[in-house]
Amino acid sequence: MSNANTPILRLRGVRTYFPIHAGVFKTLVGHVKAVDGIDLDVIRGEVLGLVGESGCGKTTLGKSILQLVRPTGGEVIYNDAGMQVELCGLSNDALAPYRKKLQIIFQDPHSSLNPAFTIFGSLEDPLKRYGIKSKAERRKIIGDLLEAVNMQRDYMDRYPHEFSGGQRQRIGIVRALCVDPELVVCDEAVSALDVSVQAQVLKLLMQLKIERNLTYLFITHDLAVTEYLCDRIAVMYLGRIVELAETSAIYADTLHPYTQALLSAIPVADLDKKTNRIVLEGDVPSPVDPPSGCPFHPRCPKAFGRCSTEVPALNKYHRQGHDHFVACHLLEDNAAQ
Amino acid sequence: MNNKIALSVKDLKTFFYTNKRCNKAVNGVSFTIKKGKTLGIVGESGCGKSVTASSIMQLLPRLSRIEEGSITYHSEQGDIRIDQLDRNSKEMRAVRGEEIAMIFQDPMTALNPVFTVGYQIDEALKYHTRLDAKGRQRRVVELLTDMGIPLPEKRSREYPHQFSGGMRQRAMIAMAMSCNPKILIADEPTTALDVTIQAQIFGLMNKLKEDNGTGIMLITHDMGVIAELADEVAVMYMGIIVEAGTVDDVLRRPQHPYTLGLLDSIPVLGRGKYQEIKSIRGATPDAYDRPKGCQFAPRCDFATDVCKVTPQEEHLSETHRVTCHRIREISQNV
Repeated sequence: MSNANTPILRLRGVRTYFPIHAGVFKTLVGHVKAVDGIDLDVIRGEVLGLVGESGCGKTTLGKSILQLVRPTGGEVIYNDAGMQVELCGLSNDALAPYRKKLQIIFQDPHSSLNPAFTIFGSLEDPLKRYGIKSKAERRKIIGDLLEAVNMQRDYMDRYPHEFSGGQRQRIGIVRALCVDPELVVCDEAVSALDVSVQAQVLKLLMQLKIERNLTYLFITHDLAVTEYLCDRIAVMYLGRIVELAETSAIYADTLHPYTQALLSAIPVADLDKKTNRIVLEGDVPSPVDPPSGCPFHPRCPKAFGRCSTEVPALNKYHRQGHDHFVACHLLEDNAAQ
Repeated sequence: MNNKIALSVKDLKTFFYTNKRCNKAVNGVSFTIKKGKTLGIVGESGCGKSVTASSIMQLLPRLSRIEEGSITYHSEQGDIRIDQLDRNSKEMRAVRGEEIAMIFQDPMTALNPVFTVGYQIDEALKYHTRLDAKGRQRRVVELLTDMGIPLPEKRSREYPHQFSGGMRQRAMIAMAMSCNPKILIADEPTTALDVTIQAQIFGLMNKLKEDNGTGIMLITHDMGVIAELADEVAVMYMGIIVEAGTVDDVLRRPQHPYTLGLLDSIPVLGRGKYQEIKSIRGATPDAYDRPKGCQFAPRCDFATDVCKVTPQEEHLSETHRVTCHRIREISQNV
């Protein structure tokens, strides 16, 4: 069970579509294919980074895992101490024990706390739900956690407006951790923070992970943060994973043309490093009407005939000492030769 | 030398007043924008970087005032003291948009949703040029083509909501560039955009600088953007410039503890996992309850009793200037 390579979570062909209704009669005219067939294993104790541009479906995938948005199809299998539980098929009541195990830290610390409640008022509800009956005990749990995130115990009786952005994000972390989860989805957990405060929260997240034996699914658009934090990285484009590998492999041995362009586009605060920038043409296509074949082919500098007709599969390639998953026809052809 | 400077700001102080409280948003800032160069202004939220930009454009809200200092625009016809002009005066309106243009952070709120994009670009041309309707229409299409917008004629008749985020920002730049301004103020132009789109916008801004000799003032919070685009940098904290100089001065030889802290606190792409990042302790102080003396002292590891007095700016070299009492001691330790 505590085996290093046991997946805590397995995704099989997860699809989340949002219907679009139009006209007077609200007829169904199409779907936003936010998540379009994702296979992914999250290994216990790792930090898995999920990166991509806005609109690529990374947040929807995070919410689909937690069943905050019910996926349209596919399986989300959670490994509950050896028992494989498929979450998509469960009713809301049956899901309750697993909600405790899977938690999320939201992106915006300003809108994710109820302004009318004190911190304790907001945070005690999940504890009540999971059977901690005495108020004194609830206050102790929240107080201890506040101290763990370097805040004062008595802050729990204050209101959200009394806190700065960095403090609110730490309260968001306390909220996620108070029910003692195993997997935490961090949805852009540091993106809304100023850089000097961002470093505090990043360090805190890493420290808590070690102390509490957590697994993170770290959703972000910031590739410098993922490099610092993550063990493996999955790159998403238009609802699909295009590349998945260990962090060092993604940066040193970038295989997918989209990841290459993405990495080269990031401005680096280092004057000695001048990268050859690959500037992509155009915008990310709409997920309502994704391009045929490879979703990246209209912008891909290396696209050829097959790319516009066939959807590339996420294949496994053995590179020097690591496994690298890439969905690209170019590599398939190279491997075949 | 002097004809290379497009705009100079000296000891600018802009204060905001609410309920008898005073927020010294910009508290003594000096810099120059040179023709054909990019001045980057970095700082965290609330440090006064956007207020500095609004002061130059005279776009400040009513409850604020330029208290002291001067903003001088060195036009071809002679110097214009922008701070002495009335917000709505004829002179200011002639400068704003034609000589000094601005790109805003959020293109969705900066564009008017009920007018077509073409109409909004055309408006600037109508007031500032003598072109007739046909000539203006041609110029609008030309501008949109330059910005790399496909099907410019069709797109100019569309509304902002039909544009994607990157295209809206390009339309904003087209609008700002419509009268070939001498100075372009870009307030976080790419913060709301994805990195691949950001790269496209940066390409455009560099092209403008090189082709037209436009002086650019680029406001950002991202040190990476500075390293990429800027020729000169000013680091702001709580309404003052704590360190300024060329990109080389500030990024290779940072001196001020805040700059040092800022550079150490960001993970840098390519340095791998387990790179050491250090956070700056505490949080930015409340703007209405500022610390006495050096603004950074409560968060600074080098602070001593002398820091309770407001430090003066010191020149380390011709270009490099730092506002810190303990700069001599610190630079010996680093």
